[in-house]
Amino acid sequence: MSPISVTPPSTNKGRGGNERTSSMVKPSHTKSIMTAAFIIVLLWLSAERTDATVTQLVTGAPEMGKLLVEMFPPDWSYVTTIWAPMMETVQMAVLGTTIGAMLAVPIALLASGNVTRSKWLYIPARLLLNLIRTIPDLLFAAIFVAIFGLGAVAGVAALILFSFGLISKLLYESIEAIDPGPLEAMTAVGANKLQWIRFGVIPQVTAQFISYLLYTFEVNVRAAGVLGLVGAGGIGLLLTRVLDQLRYDRACMIILLTLVIVLVIDYISYRIQEKLL
Amino acid sequence: MIEFRRVSKLYSNGTVGLQEVDFTIHSGEFVVIVGLSGAGKSTLLRSINRLHEITAGEIIVDGKSMTLARGEELRHMRRGIGMIFQSFNLVKRSSVIRNVLSGRVGYHSTIRTLLGLFPKEDVQLALNALARVNIQEKAYIRADQLSGGQQQRVSIARALAQEAKIILADEPVASLDPLTTRQVMDDLRRINLELGITMVVNLHDIDLARQYATRIIGLRAGEIVFDGPVGEATEERFTHIYGRSLREEAASIGGEAL
Repeated sequence: MSPISVTPPSTNKGRGGNERTSSMVKPSHTKSIMTAAFIIVLLWLSAERTDATVTQLVTGAPEMGKLLVEMFPPDWSYVTTIWAPMMETVQMAVLGTTIGAMLAVPIALLASGNVTRSKWLYIPARLLLNLIRTIPDLLFAAIFVAIFGLGAVAGVAALILFSFGLISKLLYESIEAIDPGPLEAMTAVGANKLQWIRFGVIPQVTAQFISYLLYTFEVNVRAAGVLGLVGAGGIGLLLTRVLDQLRYDRACMIILLTLVIVLVIDYISYRIQEKLL
Repeated sequence: MIEFRRVSKLYSNGTVGLQEVDFTIHSGEFVVIVGLSGAGKSTLLRSINRLHEITAGEIIVDGKSMTLARGEELRHMRRGIGMIFQSFNLVKRSSVIRNVLSGRVGYHSTIRTLLGLFPKEDVQLALNALARVNIQEKAYIRADQLSGGQQQRVSIARALAQEAKIILADEPVASLDPLTTRQVMDDLRRINLELGITMVVNLHDIDLARQYATRIIGLRAGEIVFDGPVGEATEERFTHIYGRSLREEAASIGGEAL
């Protein structure tokens, strides 16, 4: 150490350190016991309120078994009928996710306090995000069926809004957590706001954004499968039909095909994310 | 080149950042600002390119008022001032060359830069900047693959790509080991001598300051307590300035923070 290095003498630090050790007290278990008790009471009350009892679960079990028996063997030949609507479902998910994600980027930037410094902008943006996310996708679909009529267009519109809500929320939380260093550096090089976002913010969240996009796509494929229940296109339309006809072997085939599609998408997105990180 | 006219900075919580600071830095100087942490070194440096706003006085850079500059004028003035940070402030997920090229955005239209289309000359300029700090071969590697010293040299290259006439460095070696400290400081000196770029560097190590500076400015509690050539920055003078009184001051600063 140099004789006149301008660092504060270590004696001061030592004093502060001692004070901290003396205030160290072993935390009691009361808090965790109380938390556990609270959760148990909450579960019990919820079950009581909704009339969900263990007896009901036991008496219902044989019915479940019967249904399963009727599902097997699945009607393999039904694949030819459901392939086209299945592809339509995937296409709906592709469109809904892509458009929703594109709309999500500007609003996520607007909602981030470290990008939009003004409260007058980011608080309304966050309110809008929260509002959209409170509406379930099936309700969106029902509303859009009323607007656009029966068919896939209503389904795509519902998925756009759903994807928009999900991605913008996740993205804005990621943006708020980025390293502020590069942002400061971009201010210092004389970048304007858009350049500042392009070179300071975007490269820091691209990988997360793609990961959210793929996740939303997976969720959307499943969601698109049930949108047909309210007439918004896709495989759900057929699912309601076969259930009404009590053709559980066909329902089983639909479920199996959905499973395969979801697994394939899952695998592809896993490989993409591996490359990204 | 850089002129401070009775510059003061009072933080909203009442803390004094700078107190009536008055000095002029001439073109080509290698100025090192020394002082305790909390003495106002960082505030002083960041007020030059307006990362921090001052509350009184005026700062003139290259004959133009930095303090009064707005919008595009301010951005153009910032473009001519490179900055190097203690924590490098690179985008870790981007390649080295992307980071260096980001120093060029102030020279091009928004549309062009948003698309990431830099002219060939810019890429050559960025590669030359990397060559000057001896890491040209790392150009297409992701920044987080580099060691701390290498990352700091990338940030120096970014400032060079800016074609800055002034480089501000805020504790550029505080997170580096002694060997890389020497390399980075040597790079800064070489750039200062070969390209004539004015250097303003914050350091807390007076020994290091004496080795590299042509002029030393000492700060204490936001005021200039020493300003002179290295020859005058003798041990006796600094012991006098930062010796006894320094300990009392450190204790009182600590008390305020609690």
